[in-house]
Amino acid sequence: MSRIDHAKAAGAFIAKTEHVAFHDKRLWDLREKRDAQAHNIAEWETLRELASGIKEHTLSHLSGYLEQFASTAEANGVTVHWAATAEEHNELVYQIMSGRGMTTLVKSKSMLTDECAMREYLEPRGITVMETDLGERIQQLDHQDPSHMVVPAVHKLRGDVAQLFGRTIGTDPENSDIHYLAESQRMNTRPYFVREKTAGMTGCNFAVAETGTVVVCTNEGNADLSANVPPLHIASIGIEKLIPKVADLGVFVRMLSRSALGSPITQYTSHFRAPRPGTEMHYILVDHGRSERLAMQDFWYSLKCIRCGACMNTCPVYRRSGGLSYGGTYSGPIGAIINPTYDLKRYSALPFASTLNGSCTNVCPVKINIHEQIYKWRQVITERHEVPFVKQEVLKMAGRLLASPTLYRATVSSMGGALRRLPNFVLYNPLNIWGRQRELPEAPKLTFHAWYRKNRGGGDGNA
Amino acid sequence: MATREAFLAKVRAAQPEARERPEVPLFASVGGDLRARFTAALAGMGGTCVEASSATDVLALIHERFGADASVCSAAPEVAGTRPLSADMLPASLQDVDVGVVRARFGVAETGSVWFSEQEYVVNAIGYIVQHLIVLLDPAQMIDGLQDVYRRPDFQRARYAALVTGPSATADIEGVLIRGAQGVRSLTVVWLSAPH
Repeated sequence: MSRIDHAKAAGAFIAKTEHVAFHDKRLWDLREKRDAQAHNIAEWETLRELASGIKEHTLSHLSGYLEQFASTAEANGVTVHWAATAEEHNELVYQIMSGRGMTTLVKSKSMLTDECAMREYLEPRGITVMETDLGERIQQLDHQDPSHMVVPAVHKLRGDVAQLFGRTIGTDPENSDIHYLAESQRMNTRPYFVREKTAGMTGCNFAVAETGTVVVCTNEGNADLSANVPPLHIASIGIEKLIPKVADLGVFVRMLSRSALGSPITQYTSHFRAPRPGTEMHYILVDHGRSERLAMQDFWYSLKCIRCGACMNTCPVYRRSGGLSYGGTYSGPIGAIINPTYDLKRYSALPFASTLNGSCTNVCPVKINIHEQIYKWRQVITERHEVPFVKQEVLKMAGRLLASPTLYRATVSSMGGALRRLPNFVLYNPLNIWGRQRELPEAPKLTFHAWYRKNRGGGDGNA
Repeated sequence: MATREAFLAKVRAAQPEARERPEVPLFASVGGDLRARFTAALAGMGGTCVEASSATDVLALIHERFGADASVCSAAPEVAGTRPLSADMLPASLQDVDVGVVRARFGVAETGSVWFSEQEYVVNAIGYIVQHLIVLLDPAQMIDGLQDVYRRPDFQRARYAALVTGPSATADIEGVLIRGAQGVRSLTVVWLSAPH
């Protein structure tokens, strides 16, 4: 697959000025709501420490916890499947459904099934897949990846949704009233839950080893409908979702929605342990590159992620470039460190889509050192010569300049003069992408070095 | 398809050096009246609380809010519905019910949540597929916070358990809050002691 050009894709988003302005504001609003919740809990920072510690402990004993989870689930009457790859996951879903003559799958949102490209696998084989989360449904109808882990269609405005629904589910394309759009989707979707030959599917926020329970958090109640109406419930579970005990949920559930949306909890926090009498429950445990990541000394910490999206909401680059520009299932800072573990060449631009301001790390409820990992990926990418030619040449020049004090000072003092004299078309040319949305500050008359010599006198300033 | 053994062997070989499991302490409560905290938290999530002194009050409330002709399915023995409900019913048969009535096992002051399992719901789908939900809650059954909830044994026994906080909601288009996404359009908690 070809290399993702994040800057170019972001350019297409930035060109839609109304969209960028709204996107930036909406996500920052989520960040502020998150702060208000966090500041209300005296033990918030301790909770982050605990969440991080529990996840690191679990990941370092993952095979044991997986065995416990699977054995307990089987004892509860759940059928457990093991999928090493995305393809195996998709095949399993197809086999489970076709073996029972089922033709429709109603599901709640799952980043894992997006990662596995499950819809693209099932639909040509005659299975109708209905995404029942509003944002995910919008993205399904538009044939796009989710642009955010929690609010998948956050890059769209109401007019875009009106046009899309008009084209796909027969609403009035000129009516962009949000109540009308949401109600139309409800009326269009709900009949699917009660169809015949229909299976239900959910993802998994937490998988509890102690009880074999799958915990799913939604605001719409669509996971509960998907799992409680059809006679078959399939839960797709990434193996990093394991936690040891039910009591640990007292740490994670307290933080998940507070970090994600700034609400104390999701409207529905649902715990599935055993099938309803006369129905079936199936768990599919998916590796798909997770064990490879677990073996990476610097990068396994990204497996602690609980998919809250706080790092995305706080990231200035994400807020202004939009999730689709990252070109993968996962976007934002977490996408910049997860995607390269799958395909370094394809996603080599993503670790450069960051200012390294560290805000992502500071809001992460499980304390993933996201900005440090971004920096480490840059080192790996540079060592493996995956940096594009122009960036390489510029960095080589910068390296020579910074290595020589004499050359550096001569350049800096002549730069000051040049900055004052050069016309804007030279400074803000197409090669200098930083100039596009920014005005340079006025260059000082003296360099710091010259100022120091003049005001502090003596010496050459090398002390 | 991967075998369980091969799958687990690959994970085992990849695991980093063992890390200790931290002890999770019980944090001090913020204090205050549990019922007042619950009511405020639930309001923030779009639910409302009302007082009632008897099951008759509950039926009067339903008629007032949803009309005398509303079809009602009740999982709480103290409130009579207009439609029968039993564990062997198909969940889809509830799709045209207007109002569901369920008694919660307990409420959570920190978040305004109520707790249900298949025991309270009788048919789990009742909590989601009907249009409006009336929740009976005994003021004596209040839990302080989520940390306390997850130390209870209820989760070990229930096949299905849900913490429900307000009605179904979405803010997926421009962050505008819509009540009644896929699940119930409204949720009303009625303070009513459990019958002895």
